[in-house]
Amino acid sequence: MTTSNYAAERETTEGRVFTVTGGDWDQVVSGTDPINDERIVVNMGPQHPSTHGVLRLILELEGETVREARSVVGYLHTGIEKNLEYRNWVQGSTFVTRMDYLAPIFNETAYSLAVEKLLGITDDITERATTIRVLMMELNRISSHLVWLATTGMELGAISIMLYGFREREYILDIFETITGLRMNHAYVRPGGVAQDVPDAAIVKIRDFLTMMPKKLKEYEDLLSGQPIWTERTQGVAVLDATACLALGVTGPVLRSAGLGWDLRKTMPYCGYESYEFDVPTHPDGDVWGRYLVRLAEIRESLKLVEQALDRLQPGPVMVADRKIAWPAQLAIGVDGMGNSLEHVAKIMGQSMESLIHHFKLVTEGFRVPPGQVYVGIESPRGELGVHAVSDGGTRPYRVHYREPSFVNLQALPAMAEGGLIADVIAGGASLDPVMGGCDR
Amino acid sequence: MTAPNDRKNDGGVPVPVTPAGATSGAPAELPPSSPAGQGMFGMQGSGDVSGYGGLVRRRTPIEEAPRPYGGYFDEVRDALEEAYPHFADAIEKVVVDRGELTLHVRPERIAEVCQVMRDDLALRFELCSSVSGVDYLGADERRLHVVYLLTSMTYRRRVRLEAAVSVEDPHLPSVTAVYPTADWQEREAYDMFGVVFDGHPNLTRILMPDDWEGHPQRKDYPLGGVPVEYKGAEIPPPDRRRSYQ
Repeated sequence: MTTSNYAAERETTEGRVFTVTGGDWDQVVSGTDPINDERIVVNMGPQHPSTHGVLRLILELEGETVREARSVVGYLHTGIEKNLEYRNWVQGSTFVTRMDYLAPIFNETAYSLAVEKLLGITDDITERATTIRVLMMELNRISSHLVWLATTGMELGAISIMLYGFREREYILDIFETITGLRMNHAYVRPGGVAQDVPDAAIVKIRDFLTMMPKKLKEYEDLLSGQPIWTERTQGVAVLDATACLALGVTGPVLRSAGLGWDLRKTMPYCGYESYEFDVPTHPDGDVWGRYLVRLAEIRESLKLVEQALDRLQPGPVMVADRKIAWPAQLAIGVDGMGNSLEHVAKIMGQSMESLIHHFKLVTEGFRVPPGQVYVGIESPRGELGVHAVSDGGTRPYRVHYREPSFVNLQALPAMAEGGLIADVIAGGASLDPVMGGCDR
Repeated sequence: MTAPNDRKNDGGVPVPVTPAGATSGAPAELPPSSPAGQGMFGMQGSGDVSGYGGLVRRRTPIEEAPRPYGGYFDEVRDALEEAYPHFADAIEKVVVDRGELTLHVRPERIAEVCQVMRDDLALRFELCSSVSGVDYLGADERRLHVVYLLTSMTYRRRVRLEAAVSVEDPHLPSVTAVYPTADWQEREAYDMFGVVFDGHPNLTRILMPDDWEGHPQRKDYPLGGVPVEYKGAEIPPPDRRRSYQ
């Protein structure tokens, strides 16, 4: 009786295949290759609930240990940078707000600051517009960190925090809706100022939020900080020290959790941040736990900033005085969202031909921007958000490039994941807070 | 296209010629698709859609800034000149514009310059914030520019390095050995502009699909560019859609 009668073997593209008929397990086992067969390659994503959008991870596993990790991005590439070149400068706001959809105000502000720098009107931006920008950015930072807390909690098994985080974020989106007319994709911050003034109803809502939020933060900490599963899953996990962060270009809360207090609001201030009172929280360990603490502390600092910005709000214009740049109409929120105010429409349609011409030229053609290039970096919830804008003197951008923190930070994932457990890939990836809409643009 | 004229004309009343496509609902003969780089909406020339198509864009030449530059720019230049022996050969131009310093670097020297910028104690540009490309089609013979933005955390300074290559020879050394963070950003510049970074560990497309043809951010690559297939029907790219022409 030969072996082949019991366990016939043949070679296929998948490897060696045995047809087992029984009683020959020794031979079956001896036929396998224990060295090479132990490593398996697992595709995580692109549609995986724990990968924050359409991110694909290719993991080479040995048991539960990750030997190699590679991330594949680009599934959400929408060509926003290319599209910008075919619209005028103001229309750009509408595009860039859709990149990092959790931090739309930051995308708009960075873009507006870059256009203003190209125009040379940085100093002409009104006090009120700048204060509103700070106010909106800090509210947005809180909402973005809340989503981080919510999704990371969910991915590590804490479902309650997911509901809590989204609940409070909803409150901020409500404030945004009162101010801009939209919950997301606001196109509110525009070159020259902001689209329209903050209504009084929003101020009341923000004040309510400021009294409510510290209690909620306490709730989050009560829920998570002493929780043994949470600490087990985060402490000492996905460590990245300051050296690695700098080499890989990682900025934001991840860099600060590695002990380096680099925050562009402090180190290279813009929008008058140098005149606000706030701290830059850091943590020495550089693990997921540190990033959690840093982000919670940043929410508290942002609350302080929002309060100061509210106190500073003085009545005044929210757009530059230059009529060649400023949007001709005072925009107003109607029942169907934001649009030209009725008085303005009545004026250009019924009274002033010159106003109509002016409106038409600015809206259809847009303003011209002197040729040159600038780079503006601001501190987004994920790190340095940079805009490299090039003008050739025309009414449309020649080139706009976004230095997206999600894109740059994701490069650190292999450094965090390799050598660790597969479960920690989720914790490490989530702690980078990548938003694929921003990453792929 | 002879059908309207062949119609039987009984009463001797002249019958106007029906425009092609007006009766059948089929598109009239489409004009040839606009050549790449001509803009949207079928406009030829400037691509200006404001109604006045005669606007000519002026290309202002990039001019070398005179010394002193002001601010920390002089210190950075002097420190680099002192630390880098090939300064005169490597730096083509120094431009100061809108409070930003740009060093135009010969492409083959870019990795060396980055190394000095990072390691010299008087420079210390620890962080490579951004790498991106710009296509100066028609304005520069070496039209593909790669722009590096370096940040010094120690001195809180920023400097832009710019290296220009031509489409025929789009090669320059990769800076990934100096700044590992440039890895994905160089891949993006390769993907979008076709700039080849020699010495990059894994220079593949990153945002576009692996089998994509062409480099979408180049100025001679039209917006949209490819037809989209949806449920069996093919939708032409935006610049060839009838409503825009």
